[in-house]
Amino acid sequence: MAQYAHPEVLVDSGWLASKLNDPSVRIVEVDVDTSAYDLGHIPGAIAWAWNTQLCDTVRRDILPKAELEALLSKSGIKPETTIVLYGDSNNWFAAWAFWQLKIYGHKDVRILNGGRKKWLADSREVSDKAPSYEHTQYNAQEPDLSLRAFLPQVQEALRANSASLVDVRSPQEFTGEILAPPGLPETCQRGGHIPGARNVPWGKACNDDGTFKTFDELKALYGGEGVNASKPTIAYCRIGERSSHTWFVLKYLLGLPNVTNYDGSWTEWGNLVGAPVERGASKSATT
Amino acid sequence: MEATTKAEQFQERQIDIEGWPVKLTSYKVGDNFVCQADNVSPGACLARFSAGTAKEAESQAISKARHLLSKTKRRNIDG
Repeated sequence: MAQYAHPEVLVDSGWLASKLNDPSVRIVEVDVDTSAYDLGHIPGAIAWAWNTQLCDTVRRDILPKAELEALLSKSGIKPETTIVLYGDSNNWFAAWAFWQLKIYGHKDVRILNGGRKKWLADSREVSDKAPSYEHTQYNAQEPDLSLRAFLPQVQEALRANSASLVDVRSPQEFTGEILAPPGLPETCQRGGHIPGARNVPWGKACNDDGTFKTFDELKALYGGEGVNASKPTIAYCRIGERSSHTWFVLKYLLGLPNVTNYDGSWTEWGNLVGAPVERGASKSATT
Repeated sequence: MEATTKAEQFQERQIDIEGWPVKLTSYKVGDNFVCQADNVSPGACLARFSAGTAKEAESQAISKARHLLSKTKRRNIDG
């Protein structure tokens, strides 16, 4: 069995259990449901709320550099700290944090394979104490926007057929049957997908226990949809978080050289006046 | 709940609510029972409740999930 392209970005629960008191490691929980942390978390872990602490709360954008620096400083994190991220829903929002930390150049960021679910299912220790750490003075690097796709890049990719577009939403969102995940608010005017996009729901990258599938399984999954190293890949979903998970899988587990996350995603494209939209299932895979 | 404890009785099952598959995840932590309801696809949390009994936590999670899922409209993609 082939190994992940960057196995160092994943840790298992046994490794993490041995690092709970290691000051060089900071454990951060990032959940879809930000109340989950309060119900019990990995001892020593702090929590970041994706909807208030990992985005610009005024304009639609990722966290500005100064705010990221403030968050990391408040979390007692230094540039040399090993940050281990984990969360619910198979690390969905942990991947969102990972993506932003890489944009701002933090060197050693890892994800707990299996996330919160596997930690609980393995009956490992949890705590109700929210720790605090001595503040630091974190200086982030300038943002590496090669990890991010903006609307003009997606439009050009569509026009020139110069990138593989991977829509990681559910099949019902992809076809246009629904405008948002079941039970969540509708946030766009039109349903469907960007013409030519392939539908590979993000959760297909994970096993039932929340861990990532093997390299060979992932290669078959995405390769079968024409997603490979032959051209750049742009991942998108509804608001950019699910696609950060797929971005992580494609870039760090499969090692594709040019992968970007289009965080404007369907709430941008599906609200554009005059943007081309395709409904129904994918057309046949392209290579 | 004590400062540190272990999650127990972790289990998952899938049910149908308002025509949508929903995964219920339940466990006990300290004296509390927790139940989380996620839509199966994409896997977003719809509701999570903590209560003194497993039945109460599950009942509340299902009730809130049902309320949210009842608002989801299916569209005819051929029209």
